Amino acid sequence: MKHIKNLNTKNLSSNLEHKGCGECQTSCQSACKTSCTVGNQKCEK
Amino acid sequence: MIHLFELDNKRFVVDVNSGLIHEIDKMVYDILETDYYKKRDNIDVLLKEYSKENIDEACEELKELEDKKLLYTEDLNITPKIKPVLKAMCLNVAHDCNLRCGYCFASQGDYQVNRSMISFETGKKALDYILKNSGDRRNLEVDFFGGEPLMNFEVCKQLVHYGREEEKKYNKNFRFTITTNGVLLDDEKIAFIDEHFDNLVMSLDGRKEVNDNVRLTPTGTGSYDMIVPNFKRAVKKREDRAYFIRGTFTGKNLDFSNDVKHMRDLRFEILSMEPVVTEPGSEYEIKESDLEMVKKEYEKLYHLYKDSIGTDKEFSFFHFEIDLEHGPCIYKRISGCGAGNEYIAVTPEGDIYPCHQFVGEEDFKIGNLDEGIVNTDISDKLYKSNVLTKEDCRNCWAKYFCSGGCHANAWHFNGDFNKPYKTGCEMERKRIECAIRLKAERMS
Repeated sequence: MKHIKNLNTKNLSSNLEHKGCGECQTSCQSACKTSCTVGNQKCEK
Repeated sequence: MIHLFELDNKRFVVDVNSGLIHEIDKMVYDILETDYYKKRDNIDVLLKEYSKENIDEACEELKELEDKKLLYTEDLNITPKIKPVLKAMCLNVAHDCNLRCGYCFASQGDYQVNRSMISFETGKKALDYILKNSGDRRNLEVDFFGGEPLMNFEVCKQLVHYGREEEKKYNKNFRFTITTNGVLLDDEKIAFIDEHFDNLVMSLDGRKEVNDNVRLTPTGTGSYDMIVPNFKRAVKKREDRAYFIRGTFTGKNLDFSNDVKHMRDLRFEILSMEPVVTEPGSEYEIKESDLEMVKKEYEKLYHLYKDSIGTDKEFSFFHFEIDLEHGPCIYKRISGCGAGNEYIAVTPEGDIYPCHQFVGEEDFKIGNLDEGIVNTDISDKLYKSNVLTKEDCRNCWAKYFCSGGCHANAWHFNGDFNKPYKTGCEMERKRIECAIRLKAERMS
């Protein structure tokens, strides 16, 4: 494409049946402690 | 739903439901902003700058994205799937502190209750509690918190050894963090923390005058000169193991990019700077009228970060580190922080609260280590209050990044878990835009 460049390939709505294991870090157990920063966490899989 | 934004001469469209992000040129940006792509009217505005041929070509590219379900994707029809199983604990090992920071949400360490230290026995009960109530979750996070946890470090050490023994019996893995103000951080403690803790969070507010204006000893002197040498030694020892130098900015140092720069100039590399959590009307409060300046500061910080990439002054900033490929799944993103369910705070007396920010508020005491969570009403309300139930979030492009925001902030500012703290939302949206722009920078 000439006008558009994709930055990421991870589609939140795909493969839903294989997601939701719950092993990921809790957001407040990081550096924040004062704001919800779920998007800054990583998937454990 | 889409979100368009421009930062530092690059333009982006975020497809909210898929989480996909596209860098676009100015023409595509204008086509989307005028809604020409969807409505195919008012082309005259676009024709002043672009030819019809180029506009059609750009629209074809947009259609290709839409056909492949990479843009304008439909709303997700999902419900929370992750069971609310306990997996993280803020263990308040000390309700006392050797500093008297002006903005402290823990009321200078005692959480408006008595000054106290957790005993080894109560600490053991806390670790047992999470081991026994964490179902099939393997990784358990425990943050030794306070007050100032190093004031009760012997018990912290005993608890770490106890946890390491007990985790084997349950086939679990403790991830220990300790959050300290650094006053008591001597070489012996640094060595123990380095060996046994997965993460070390050290509090410093940046420039000496800023830090010493709020982070005071009980006699009113500044803490900077005491703590910075300790942090330097700890970071040196830490090498590639996780740590954060974590600051707080308030309405009194809205030029906080200078404080992050100062941390970086001290050669600290893994940095975080959080907006203060305080009562409405406090002298430290970040007001709605401060938001324009705060956003400009995040942009300054963005430039500082960008300019450091590839140099010997490179650093990371917690809020700008968003992994667009390996971030959390959608179920995590709709379930939020997990307070009161996946995450609890435990006091030295063994009382349980939904999170560290509710500690000391009697109405939010949800149980104790002997009886477990007995006030399930609050935990249920927290579980059911998520990005799908919050009206303000429904039309927000950032909802799957912040997951509906902090429950405690919502409660303390609006008295309702379902009403997010708007000032916090505005700041979060700006941070996400900076993070996306940095991702594009790294890819270019």
